[in-house]
This record gives sequence, structure tokens and C-alpha cells, in this order.
Amino acid sequence: MTVDKNTVARIAHLARIKVPDEALEPITGDLNNILAWVEQLSEVNTDDVEPMTSVVHARLPQRQDGVNDGNKRDAVLKNAPETEQGFFAVPKVIE
Amino acid sequence: MTKLTDLTLADALAGLDNKDFTSVELTQDYVTAVAASDAINAYTTQTPDRALDMAAAADAARAAGTAGPLAGIPLAIKDLYCTEGVLTTASSHILDGFTPAYESTVTSNLWRDGAVMLGKVSLDEFAMGSSNETSFYGAVENPWRAGDGKSRVPGGSSGGSAAAVAAQLAVAATGTDTGGSIRQPASFCGLVGIKPTYGRCSRWGVIAFASSLDQAGPITRSVKDAAIMLGSMAGYDAKDSTSIDTAVPDYASALTGDIRGLRIGIPKEYRLDDAPAEILALWDKGVEWLKDAGAEIVDISLPHTKYALPTYYIVAPAEASSNLARYDGVKYGLRVPGDSLDGMYENTRAEGFGDEVTRRILIGTYVLSAGYYDAYYLKAQKVRSLIAQDFEKAYASCDAILTPTAPSAAFSPGENADDPISMYLNDVFTVPASLAGLPGISIPAGLSSEGLPLGLQLLGKPFDEETVLKVAGVLEEAAGFTARPSNWWQGEGA
Repeated sequence: MTVDKNTVARIAHLARIKVPDEALEPITGDLNNILAWVEQLSEVNTDDVEPMTSVVHARLPQRQDGVNDGNKRDAVLKNAPETEQGFFAVPKVIE
Repeated sequence: MTKLTDLTLADALAGLDNKDFTSVELTQDYVTAVAASDAINAYTTQTPDRALDMAAAADAARAAGTAGPLAGIPLAIKDLYCTEGVLTTASSHILDGFTPAYESTVTSNLWRDGAVMLGKVSLDEFAMGSSNETSFYGAVENPWRAGDGKSRVPGGSSGGSAAAVAAQLAVAATGTDTGGSIRQPASFCGLVGIKPTYGRCSRWGVIAFASSLDQAGPITRSVKDAAIMLGSMAGYDAKDSTSIDTAVPDYASALTGDIRGLRIGIPKEYRLDDAPAEILALWDKGVEWLKDAGAEIVDISLPHTKYALPTYYIVAPAEASSNLARYDGVKYGLRVPGDSLDGMYENTRAEGFGDEVTRRILIGTYVLSAGYYDAYYLKAQKVRSLIAQDFEKAYASCDAILTPTAPSAAFSPGENADDPISMYLNDVFTVPASLAGLPGISIPAGLSSEGLPLGLQLLGKPFDEETVLKVAGVLEEAAGFTARPSNWWQGEGA
């Protein structure tokens, strides 16, 4: 499978990364090289193979569904580029 | 007289115990060396005042008889570990100014045991790379130079960690390994680097790249140093649900030197046709060393080896695209204004991420997108199962596996920069064990024809770091690697 410039532009928008028009061509070339290279996986018969979903054979631990941390508003906001009255501030999204 | 900065971690501990010197003296020598190391560019942040305070505390603890197992040992911390109150960048522009309000579990464990932080060291941006050239803070120089005197890369992604330890700018350093990022730079810089079993060290507070692959580990000057430092880093952590609740053995006591009767597997698929002859010759030498020490050499097959890299380059970018979605200009780091919320996201991420990170996010987004998920991501996860099963089958007939660490010695800056795939091929020997979650170590075993270090890799069974370390200790002894880089970065007479 190969991608074209429009597909790359769509992926870039999905990933919320602005890619200027003049950069689309080289990125499309890079992605197609990589996709052509990973294409070799199609040689492998995986008909009865389960996908790997956990690296080590262990049951995920469970814990009590209770509050064990919190009240750290100022620490959470400390690194934000912009805050207002104890909230993260972002550009206006509602007209 | 031997300089204090020449000492291994084990010898430094012995010297501190013996009152030959104090941690403040040892730390001061390192602080001075680090301050004069701009030419290496290993450190992104130096913390000399904190280091000397921690050293004084370690000296006091030692005098009071309450010293921990790493008391007074000055370390460099890969700038992927969150450190409370200390700038943490992942070597990315997008984390500009990020100062965590919390400490990673692994570094907390090191400080609990008395270690001293000299500062934070560079890496490939978000640990994506094999040369440390993608850092926003500039390339790191390998202290080793070939006969031509020209620069070599330190490897990556833990390139700053390896360069710092090799250039005597830290006794040892933390690294992280996703596809070879501890083992390959250790090999390029003539050091020992161990990636433990996935789940052995907590990932909590380590900035995530590919969560099913990322694992912390040390880069050190000897196998014993690696054993001691890994013992402090490892352990169960309820804050990482993939951390395994099993006791951490006394790794140093595994270094008995006795490997008689151990079965060492030699995978035929790793004998690449185009591998340099000196790499294959060193591998053969390693086989002889282990045979001489009484190990039994077993030919094994890992039939899906050639599919490991393409599998990795689907799985890792997929996980990265998801993990790196959090960098949006809202919660921390860089924000570049836009004409809307989406515009702000897009501008911030365009300016904040470098080319390689952008490429991987785009690949990852594509392979996870509707219509392509089954063809790429699901397929890769199935092949990943086959790769893991290869190892399970092989371990029925052997206890550990010996391979080269990397297909070359340290290469020149820019050498693989134009072709992403040629850079990815650096990890051909390290990626399969990463996909299977297995422990692996790189040991300096010889010099290339150009005078650059070459490493051998040992892989083990899950949670059997002890056998890996034991065999590594025997290899280290047999190889007798004592070469050191000339200290060109300190100028004449230093």
C-alpha cells in the first residue's frame, strides 16, 4: 500500500501536526519507503496466531476503587502555559 | 595516582566504605569534570548544588551507619526520567520549561539508596533514534574517536548517558531501552548496559515512548556495577500496572564466574550476510571464551528474526502516536498560538516535534487509522507473538543467547541521517528481544580496526537477569577490555 499527498495531509490533521504544503512531498516519500519496507510482514502466515497483547504473562493487578491521591491542583497547573482561576486556559472554542 | 573519576561504581563504594575519600570529594571531582565537558554535550541540565548536598547527606549517613547500597555515588540521569523540581525535556522543544512536580519511581529508588544526581543527560528526542542526533539540544559527541580523529556518534537513544559514563562525567547513568537504546550506545562507547525484563523496573514517571517496550536500566563501567545499580532501580511499583510483583534478587551475588554446564544458544539467523567480518569474528571469539569457561554451545534458530524490525516499526510508532498525543500546548511545555484551538494544537506540535518524531507519529497514526488497523497494527502484533514464541522454543534448549550488539562500531555524524531505514537497521540485533520483553546486556568485547569499541550481547529468559549477568561477568573477564578514549575534550594537559 502507498499513501499520496492528500492522505498524508489527512493523517497530519488527525495527528494535529501542521505540515506545510511544500513539506508534504518529502514526508510522503519517507512514509512510502517505510510502508514498502514493513510490507514484508505480509509474507508471514499468521492465520492461527493470536496478537500479542501483553508482554509478560501476568494477570493485571486490581486495587480498591477508592481515592488514593488528589488535592494537587496547583501542582497539576504549575507547568501550564496559561491558566485562569485554577483552570487550564485554551483559545475560545464556543462562539 | 588513579583519579577518583576513573573508579568503577563498585570500587568507588569500596573507597567510600574504607574512608579513602568522601562522597563530597568524589562528587566535587565529577562536578568539575562536568562543568568542563561542553565539547561532549552530554548534559542538558547540570545540578552541582544538589549533587554536593546529596553527597554531604550520603557522607553523614555513612558516618551514622545508615548508608544505603549506593550512598554517595554520583550518577547522570537520562532526561526522560521525571525529576522533581529539575527541568525534564526528553530532549524535545515541546517540553520547554517542563519542571515535574513529582519524581519517577526508578530515580526515587536510586535516591532512597543514597545515590547523588549530577544532572540530566541528553537523548534522541523522545528516545527515538540510534545516534543522539535528533536531540533538540544538539548532537552528543562520542568520547571515542577513530584513528582519523573525527567525530563519532555515541549511539542512542541513551547517547548522553553512555557518553557521560565513558567520558568520566558520571560513575554510571540511567538509560531506557525501547528497541536497543541502552545496549547499542553501551556498545558504541565501550560500556556495559543492561535492559532488564519488561516489568522489572517501574515505568512510572519515565516519559513514555512505546509503553509495551519501554524499560529502564543502567549504563555502567563493569558488569558488577550494572548488577549493583540494577538492584536499586528494580522492584515492584503499584503505580505501574505492568510492573511485576516478584522479589529482586541480589544481582551482584550472581557473579560467581562459574558457567560450567550452562547452555549458550547461537542463533543462526543473526549471522547476516552483509555484517562486517570483524563483527562476526568478535562473535566467534565470544563463543570460544564461553566454551573455554565450560559452557555448552548450542546452535539455535529464531526463524522470525528478519521480521522483527518491520514489526517494531509498526508497533513502536503506533504506541508513540498515542502516547505523544498529550503534548498539545495546554498542560505543559511549548504553546504556539493559532487562530483556533485546533490551530493552536497543530502549530504547537509542528514547531515542538522534530522530523523523526513527526515521522513516527504520522506512521503510527496511519497504521492505527480506520481501514488500516488490521493490515498493519494487528498483523504486526501477530508477528510479534511469533517472534516471542521463537525465543520460548529456543529456551527449551539453552539458558542464554549470545549475539553481537550492533552491526557496526560507532558511525560518523550524518552517516545515516538521510535514510530513516538505514538508521533503523542499527537495532537489528537488539529489537527482537525488546519485542519479546526479554533481558539483554551489552559487554565491551573488543576494538574495531578503527580502534572503536565493539560489544557482544547476551539475552536471557524472562526475569533471569542473574544468568545474563553471570555469563556477562565471564565474558567481561575473558575479553579483558581495558581500552579508554583519550580525553581530547578536556584540552591539553588535563
